[in-house]
Amino acid sequence: MAGGVERAGGPAAELWVKCSGCATVAFRKQVERNLNVCLKCGLHFPLTVEQRLVIVADRGSWRQLDADLAGVDPLGFVDWKPYTQRLAQARAAAGRYDAVATGVCEIEHRRVAIGIMDFQFMGGSMGVVVGEKLARLFAYAGRSRLPAVIFCASGGARMQEGILSLMQMAKVVSALARYRELHLPYLSILCHPTTGGVAASFAMLGDLNLAEPGAIIGFAGRRVIQQTTPQALPADFQRAESLLAHGMVDAIVTRRKLRPALATLLALLGHCDKGRARHRPQS
Amino acid sequence: MIRRPRSGKNNADRRHADGRELTAIERVRLAREAARPQTLDYVERLIDEFFEIHGDRRFADDDAIVAGIGRFDGRPVALVGHQRGHTTAERIKRNFGRPNPEGYRKAARVYELAERFVLPLLTFIDTQGAEPGVGAEERGQAEAIARNLELMARLKTPVVACVIGEGGSGGALALSVGNVILMQENACFSVITPEGCAAILWREASPDKVAAAAQALKLSAPDLLRLGVIEEIVEEPPGGAHRDPNQAARMLGEAIGRHLRRLSRCAPQVLRRQRERKFAKIGDKFVAPVSVEKTRLLE
Repeated sequence: MAGGVERAGGPAAELWVKCSGCATVAFRKQVERNLNVCLKCGLHFPLTVEQRLVIVADRGSWRQLDADLAGVDPLGFVDWKPYTQRLAQARAAAGRYDAVATGVCEIEHRRVAIGIMDFQFMGGSMGVVVGEKLARLFAYAGRSRLPAVIFCASGGARMQEGILSLMQMAKVVSALARYRELHLPYLSILCHPTTGGVAASFAMLGDLNLAEPGAIIGFAGRRVIQQTTPQALPADFQRAESLLAHGMVDAIVTRRKLRPALATLLALLGHCDKGRARHRPQS
Repeated sequence: MIRRPRSGKNNADRRHADGRELTAIERVRLAREAARPQTLDYVERLIDEFFEIHGDRRFADDDAIVAGIGRFDGRPVALVGHQRGHTTAERIKRNFGRPNPEGYRKAARVYELAERFVLPLLTFIDTQGAEPGVGAEERGQAEAIARNLELMARLKTPVVACVIGEGGSGGALALSVGNVILMQENACFSVITPEGCAAILWREASPDKVAAAAQALKLSAPDLLRLGVIEEIVEEPPGGAHRDPNQAARMLGEAIGRHLRRLSRCAPQVLRRQRERKFAKIGDKFVAPVSVEKTRLLE
């Protein structure tokens, strides 16, 4: 099951972590060596963008695109605090300007265009910047004849940007539809959680959709769904395992197996040869 | 290419009898008005020889979405729209206009028909959102909506999307990827319902908070025109479309006809490209590299 990792209390907090699934306390370094997967129960802890890159990208191959692209508050949105203030705080905490990092890297010597959503940044929500960066990524991947890989982790559209955030779904999918014509593979990796407007756009449209174990994947939030039914929702509701059973994802891939799995799939689908993608139109 | 509304921009700033402007939440209430004309009311008045089609060929038929082919102004068209229902019985039958995946997959069939038989596509948007149920999730609500977005984006035929009531979230967007989006003056279109927004942001859906959320979301037709999401606001009869459905249909029909005639002169690839550009542009003026942003965007 996907979930949080808790810090063990006390002065040893930096050294030890406690699994939120099975409550096992383990040495932090050991958990990190295990790709932030619980040593006992296999729970996949949330990852930062940088941690994901370490897991899948060849060392030193990552080059970021549009790193300095940022947005403003288009609606003048204020709830408890102004959206501008929320954005500033998220930027300071995350060290990036919005909820996705896009770029190019190599996965076992195969060049790919890659997008990694950052759930820590306002729940990975998609506003105009995320939409623009992902649309540009597909355009770049098309121009450079590269396969595309996106790590999805998002609660959905960014409410504070109103209708503009909703429209980013159509924007990214339009760019994807154009990219598709090049017969280059797009692999969508559904991480915990992938819901709402992100699930209902590019996330579910991979040529192949791979899920992380235990990830929550779905359209509506659990609380909203619970209101529509008198029965208690099953424990695995909207979990990757349940989606696999219902035919909504192609495979569940553990973190340890992800990099070889991606390399295999890119080789099989990508017509890739040591980082040089060749376009072969259908005869 | 884009025309301003014929009757000028003031038509949308509908006021109360005492001269007070409608608030956002008042527009939402008008958009949800039970008597407000829905897809089938416009079909009856604007489409000849309408032949409704049913089913997604996978699971079921979904009454929350009406789909079919017919003639508009004598020309064959494909049509998809949400139907909320007017009476309690009809509302239940139609799941209050909240489609399940099979509804979107029925719509997908019509999008494919439109492409295959070169039919212009008309869509009518009128839903609070897609059904958030256990079955809907298990049958792939997210995938069904996502697939519709992609199918619409690829169409090489004219697509005129009309927001006639409440456009709610992804469940509305699945019918909205048009070359143009027309919006009736009292319709609204939002990423989330004001109630949902208030519940998330303020953890309470009291009338005050819901009204504040409606205001903050900028969901009215004039807001969407300013934000560059829609192309035209279609005027309604005084007091709203429900006061005179025939007149509302005439006004909407005039706008649809005008856009259809214009779009029908475009080459197939141009139609697709133009739609792609329309959506690529939405929101892009609020994005810039940081160095530029400081000077350009932050005033």
